[in-house]
Amino acid sequence: MTNSGSLALLIDFGSTFTKLRAVDLDAGRIVGSSQGPSTVTSDVTLGLKAALDDLARKLGGLPCFRHRLASSSAAGGLRMVTVGLVKDLTAEAARRAALGAGAKLVGTFAYRLTRSDIEAILGLRPDILLLCGGTDGGNAEVILQNATMLSASELACPIVLAGNRTAVEEAEDRFAATGKEVRVADNVMPELNLLNIDPARSAIRHVFMERIVHAKGIDRAAAMFDAVLMPTPAAVLEGARLLARGTAKRPGLGDLIVVDVGGATTDVHSICTGAPARPDILLHGLPEPFAKRTVEGDLGMRHNAAAIAEVATLSAIAATAGLSEPRVTALLRALAADVERVPATLEEAMLDQALASAAIGLAVRRHAGTVETVYTATGPRVMQRGKDLSGVTTLIGTGGPLVHAADPLPILKAALSDPAEPQSLRPAQPRILIDRGYVLYAVGLLAEREPEVAMALATSHLHSIARSFTGGSSTAA
Amino acid sequence: MTPEQAARSARMLLTGVIGSDTHIVGNRVLSLALEKAGYRVASLGALTPAREFIEGAIETAADAILVSSLYGQGELDCRGFRDLCVEAGIDEILLYVGGNLVVGKQPWPDVERRFLDMGFDRAFPPGTRPEDVIAALDRDFAARAAGARIALP
Repeated sequence: MTNSGSLALLIDFGSTFTKLRAVDLDAGRIVGSSQGPSTVTSDVTLGLKAALDDLARKLGGLPCFRHRLASSSAAGGLRMVTVGLVKDLTAEAARRAALGAGAKLVGTFAYRLTRSDIEAILGLRPDILLLCGGTDGGNAEVILQNATMLSASELACPIVLAGNRTAVEEAEDRFAATGKEVRVADNVMPELNLLNIDPARSAIRHVFMERIVHAKGIDRAAAMFDAVLMPTPAAVLEGARLLARGTAKRPGLGDLIVVDVGGATTDVHSICTGAPARPDILLHGLPEPFAKRTVEGDLGMRHNAAAIAEVATLSAIAATAGLSEPRVTALLRALAADVERVPATLEEAMLDQALASAAIGLAVRRHAGTVETVYTATGPRVMQRGKDLSGVTTLIGTGGPLVHAADPLPILKAALSDPAEPQSLRPAQPRILIDRGYVLYAVGLLAEREPEVAMALATSHLHSIARSFTGGSSTAA
Repeated sequence: MTPEQAARSARMLLTGVIGSDTHIVGNRVLSLALEKAGYRVASLGALTPAREFIEGAIETAADAILVSSLYGQGELDCRGFRDLCVEAGIDEILLYVGGNLVVGKQPWPDVERRFLDMGFDRAFPPGTRPEDVIAALDRDFAARAAGARIALP
């Protein structure tokens, strides 16, 4: 490695591993990958050093990196609590802002906080609390009362305030009076049914960089990197956004979704407007974010495998896996007792595939919008809620069960639309790609500083497993 | 801004068409006229369930909800509307309803009575002009400022 300065190091401080990707900035390719244990709970530098040693072995020494950027989902991720006024309005907008910022949402609250709500919030130990409520010039009373309750509590975490602008200054004063750290952002819902979550997302990201990285002890390794830019899920979302929109020099892939099946959750990211396919379809409900992330906390391949089987039904899982129901029950019990387990037998691999397929189907179904026919006095009309993903042209799969599957295509097909379920607006005929080398977080981290390299990186490392899926045939890239 | 408009600009009104009703034009005309008169207006549009009026009124701290219904099913859609407001803690909000509220030709005083009994403060027959609504709002808000529920005829 003599060409010092032409490489970037992208670090992911994960909950299990510290992962590294070394990227050649001229070629837009990964030249080395390595990992070490996650040691955030003891000393973050240990895991990073182990990963760097591993990388040095692979590269024959460590070069001088031009960028050393990191994301983190370690130490429980970015734990967030959101508080809004009406559940389907500002409380929902707050929830979306937190998810879009890559947070692990541990609690959502609406209306006036009670004493027991405050107790519950303290018990959730959030890293950041997002307080919203009221449209601009709208309800001020509830956000002010909630600010009073929270400021008088023992809550120690930073607070992001993104509510009614006529009440925010007063709320800020109340927090300041009790020494709480506050950052103000524009209202998540300045007007009724108008969503404005990007300012809150960016405020959350700043608090994350300035405070949470320190609070989690990640900055002990500060000499070994330039910056921890964002939580890992936000990096994946940014990577997906760049890939969809493209750069100055390269066109993007257009509307896409990313499905990430993990041990504890299944995440879905969609990058598209999701607008109705026809002008006569009426759109109802809160507008959707262009870059939307949802997290299904009940759909994890390990920590809640039994919950997947419960939602998808045991008989369906057994049928997909080609196993008997009692056998599935026994295997699920074994998984619950050993969440680190990697499939060792054919049976276990079959069950993993069936669970992954069910988790993907459910997660994408919940993420996607729906249509229903309403009968009006002037005849039937089609009403859409949420995002129409039927025209999405690219589906990207990632996460252990997909990456390690011999054939991930049948698993990922669960994300697609089903003629038997026309009300669910899932992708119809997307091209299917797989992120085998976990490059999307690296793409997201590089997106701001080196967009062209990030784009090249994504296009060279995502593998096509089906070109515009049409029912059965798979094409290798 | 006239003093009249300045007084109105302190008031937030919420408009929308209730139920499975897609007739949005009259409601748009009314919303624009209210805005032009100086009121702050949040419009929910067509096909709005009763619940969404209430939720919207809470977030915007609306002073009045103006419900439109043009397709004859208003009586069914509006049943329990005031009760919903009471449940949500906005029991004092000013409630207006207007449009083709019932099916067929029924005497207006009967129809009006039914909607007032449901808890609406005022009901307006077909053909009501926006200026009539604005005048009623001005009078009712003045009456409220003086401690009354609505202005007496």
